[in-house]
Order: sequence, then C-alpha cells, then structure tokens
Amino acid sequence: MTHLDLTILVIDENAIRASIIEEGLHEAGHSRVTVVHEVNGIARVIESLQPDVIFIDLENPNRDMMEHLFQLTRTVGRPIAMFVDRSDTASIEAAVDAGVSAYIVDGLKKERVKPILDMAVSRFNAFSRLQRELADAKSALEERKIVERAKGILMKMRSLSEEQAFALLRQTAMNEKKKIADIAQSVVTAAGLLM
Amino acid sequence: MITKITDFSGDNGLAAPARLASEGSRTLRAGFIPLVDASVLIAASEFGFAQKEGIVLDLVKDVSWANVRDRLAFRQFDIAHMLSPMPVASMLGLGSNPSPANTAFSLGRGGNAITLSIQLYARMGQEASLNETASALEHAHALAKVIRAMKARSEPLPTLGVTYPFSSHNYEFRYWLAAGGIDPDHDVKLVVVPPPMTSDALAAGAIDGFCVGAPWNMVASERGVGRIVAAKHDIWPSAPEKVIGMRPEWVESNPETVSRLIVALDAAAHWCDQPDNHAALSEALGNSRYIAAPVDTIRRVLAGEFNLDDQGNRRIIDGYFQFHANFANYPRPSQALWIYTQMIRWGQAGLSSKGLTAAATAYRPDLYRLALGANAAPLLDDDLRVEGASDGDRFVDGHVFDPTRIADYLAKFPVKSSAIGNSSGEDI
Repeated sequence: MTHLDLTILVIDENAIRASIIEEGLHEAGHSRVTVVHEVNGIARVIESLQPDVIFIDLENPNRDMMEHLFQLTRTVGRPIAMFVDRSDTASIEAAVDAGVSAYIVDGLKKERVKPILDMAVSRFNAFSRLQRELADAKSALEERKIVERAKGILMKMRSLSEEQAFALLRQTAMNEKKKIADIAQSVVTAAGLLM
Repeated sequence: MITKITDFSGDNGLAAPARLASEGSRTLRAGFIPLVDASVLIAASEFGFAQKEGIVLDLVKDVSWANVRDRLAFRQFDIAHMLSPMPVASMLGLGSNPSPANTAFSLGRGGNAITLSIQLYARMGQEASLNETASALEHAHALAKVIRAMKARSEPLPTLGVTYPFSSHNYEFRYWLAAGGIDPDHDVKLVVVPPPMTSDALAAGAIDGFCVGAPWNMVASERGVGRIVAAKHDIWPSAPEKVIGMRPEWVESNPETVSRLIVALDAAAHWCDQPDNHAALSEALGNSRYIAAPVDTIRRVLAGEFNLDDQGNRRIIDGYFQFHANFANYPRPSQALWIYTQMIRWGQAGLSSKGLTAAATAYRPDLYRLALGANAAPLLDDDLRVEGASDGDRFVDGHVFDPTRIADYLAKFPVKSSAIGNSSGEDI
C-alpha cells in the first residue's frame, strides 16, 4: 500500500468547509476519510475508526474535550500529538493562523502527513477567502441598494435628475470625508424621520 | 531532591529598577477565556493600568484552553490567561502540544465551585439526611452514599464535567470526590464541557454535575437546575487559579516589557480587590466583548454572595475572589509542585527529580521579584512552604502538603489512580 492508506477524520461544525476539505483529500487520493459535524459521541467514533490523522477547527469550543480524550488514549497506548514535526514551525503557524489544528498518531512520518496538513491549511484559507468575498459582495449589494433609495428620495424632494442626485451624494461624501453609502444611509434615515 | 532553580536577582530589598525606554510602547496580544478570574487582565486594559506602563493590551477572547495554549505557543498571542496547571503540564511535556510556558504572575485565588444537578442533590438528601448548611465534606460523603446505592442497583453512574485535563477544576473535583471516598476514575465518569455550556448541559441531563469557574455555577443555580455543594475555598483556600502564561523565549527577549506588565497587573489586581471598584468592574466584565453575562450576577459573584439554588438558600464566602491580598499574585513554586502531585496522583505524570525541577521552573517568582521588588513579595524561604498547615488554609481532607516530601504526601492518599507507581521517570 502507498501513503494514501491513512485513515483521516475531519471534525468541523461548518458543513460546507468540511466538504471542501473532504473533497481535497479525495482529490489527493485519500479514500479513508470520515467527516463529522459534531463532537457528541466522538469518543466512540475515534475508537472504532482508529484515525491516523484528525483535523478539528479552532472555532470549536469542544476542542478541550478532544484534549481530554487524547489524555485518556495516552494511557491506553495510542498516543496522539498535535502536528508532526515541531521543528517545522512555519507550517504549524500557518495552520493555527488558518484556524485548523491537526492531531497525529505517534510514529507517523512527517513526509506522509505534511502534504495532508498543507492541503487542509490551503483549503481552510480558501474557505475564509470565499467567506470574506461573499460578505464583501453582500455588503456591496446592500450599499448599492441604499444609494439607490437615497437617490430616489433626493430626486423626489429636491426635484433633481438622477445624475444630479448622485453628484450631490458624492460631493457631500467627499466634503465630510465619509463613504457615499454612509451619506446615503443618513439621507434614508432622515427621510424616514421627516416623512 | 529540590534545588533552588532561580537566582532571584530581585532579592535585594530594593524597589523595581528604573525602566529603560529601549523596548518602547508595546502592544501585547493577550488571549483570554470569558471568566471572572480574567478580571485583573481585563481591568489592566480597561482602567488604564497597562497604559500607564506604556502597554496596550489587545485582548482576544477565545473558545478553548487548547486554543489558548496553541496560540501562545505559535506566537499569535504574546501572553495568555491560563489555568494554573497549564504551564506545569507544558514544562513536564504533557498534553498534545507541550510547548514551554512559564508564569510570572498569578491572577488570584478562588472562583471555582462544584455544582450538582437538583435531582442528584435531592437524592443525597434522602440517602444522607443532609441539612441546608452541610459542609463540602459532608456533601462528598453523601454523594459517596448515593453512588454506593447506584452501584447496588446497577444504575448508570453520574457523569461529571470539568473544563480541561490539566485544570484546577479537574484536580479540585477529583480532590473533593476522593475526600468523600469516591474514586473519580471508576465511581463516576469525568467528561469535559466548555464552561459557558455547563448550565445547559446540566439542564439537558447530559451531565449530573460540574466544577467550573465563576459565573457559571451561579448561572446554573439561579436557573434552578443545579445546587452548589462546594466552593474552591472549601477544598483548599490557597489554591492558585488562573495565571498569566508566557513563552520562556519571549520572556528572555522582552525583559523590560515583562517587568512593566507585572507592574501594571499588580496595580490592576490591587484595584480589583477593592469592593468600591466592583460596580465598575462588573459593568466592564459583563460587556459582550468579555464575559457577556448579567452584570448583577457578576457583582454578587465578586462579593462572594452565593445563591446556592433557586429556593433562596444563600451563603456568603469571605474572600471568595482574592485578586491581590495575601500575595495572591505571587507565583509560588510550592503550588506548582502541589499541582504536580495531583498529576502524579491521577496517573498523568510520574514522579522523578527531573519532573520536580520541570514543574517548579514553570513558576517564575524571580521575574515577579525583579519587577516589584523583594518588599512586595513574600519571604524567599517560603517559596517551598508547607501548604495547608495553618488555620484558614486547610485542605478539605485535612492533609498537609510538604513540598520536600512528595512521595510521603502521595502515599497518604487512600484514593488515587491505579496507574500510580507504574509510571517511571521516563514519563517525563
């Protein structure tokens, strides 16, 4: 068998992110991948699965429960340590930075685990990027909507053309050193109070 | 067996050295878990004590002790609010990521309590005819009776929650259980529950009791789902609770910042101890950036006013929280060694001279003395003092801890892990 016969467990309450990691592992040729979304009953899962590598996201408050389990496994002889090579601090820091931690069964060679860890880190980062972009897109859409509403109010109340209304918003934003969306929001709020 | 590890360069009776400007104003990222025992750290940031020393504290709330440990180890945090056993565990190489951590400042005493479910408490009342003012030890004996009855009827044994394998809560819960004659590894099932979830877990019947820090015991008792049966104070009043953890390598390269930080924390701790400041402190702690719990509950917790249940049974514990008085911030090596004995007692570590040195070096009174001067510190000879030997400072089972006679101390406990004795020095 090759290095691909490792048993990998992914614990992530975020189902979308978990599936992104799972897909990455499958693409890299790993077939023995189990994904769980909650830590209830995790002790039994670990016992029956005997994973070589466990990934868990750092947002999960139940990580301390995992520490407790590993402390127990230490006494039954399947010690698990976080990360595989303590000398490789750059890649460990990258993982913590990305928000993922990895537990690895004692005795595994780092050449076997490093590619998996790197993959998980890049997928975690990709997911955060995706989330950020989504949030940005959402707020951009919201801002556009609010500017449209402000324009409409100005056009109606001050009998301006659409272009003039937009120019007024932009000029006011520049004068007050604020974002055009913020000025638009104040127009909408003020109109709500006055009308 | 024990050697003096540090050179105590601050032991000259002089005040703190004049601070050089070389390290300049500094922003320190500090990780914390939302608990009342993070008060000193939060107050240092909120009420100007850090600023006065040229330090900006960037406080980052985290969700697990394992995260706090890893983020400190991998430089996302400069300093961290930690459980007092965490630096000891790290120096002993215990846990899944034993990166070295030291502490030069303890955040005070007190704050923990043991809460059992209303159902379990009612059963203790039936089995042992408890009255409302029963002591912590009487409660432990009553629980032991209930467990014997459960075993006789083959009922499922109680599941009890702690916060982390290397926590004061784990050792205090075990200490209390064992004092009542209960074997924590066989007579009950200990699990880990994140503190903010304890009261829900108790209400849902997922656990039958827990030991955590404030305000979570009070939150459960006021909801009517739990009954407080012992406070940290009852188990061992001098027990250290949380500490400020730092990487030894960071301490070496930032000596001036470490000193300034200790000065700032010392001033903040003194401020937190004054009852007049508790209103302002509760207000700050209750904020969603910090503990996000009712300000009123936090105020009562700070005053040591316990609602034991929702039936109006109350108890007032003097000095339930001690942030500063009686050298509460001094990182006393004998306390690090006591923590080590509990790790040995419950099979987490083996006893060896190497382990003794490692455990004692986790606590750095030398840095405390250097920053605050010897006059602000207790007698140097008391660094390895006998614990639990004076009135007002007894262990719940009456044992006395002599840090120079650890093997004898451990031998006296009737209840301990069966793994003890099998472990050798190689463990460390």
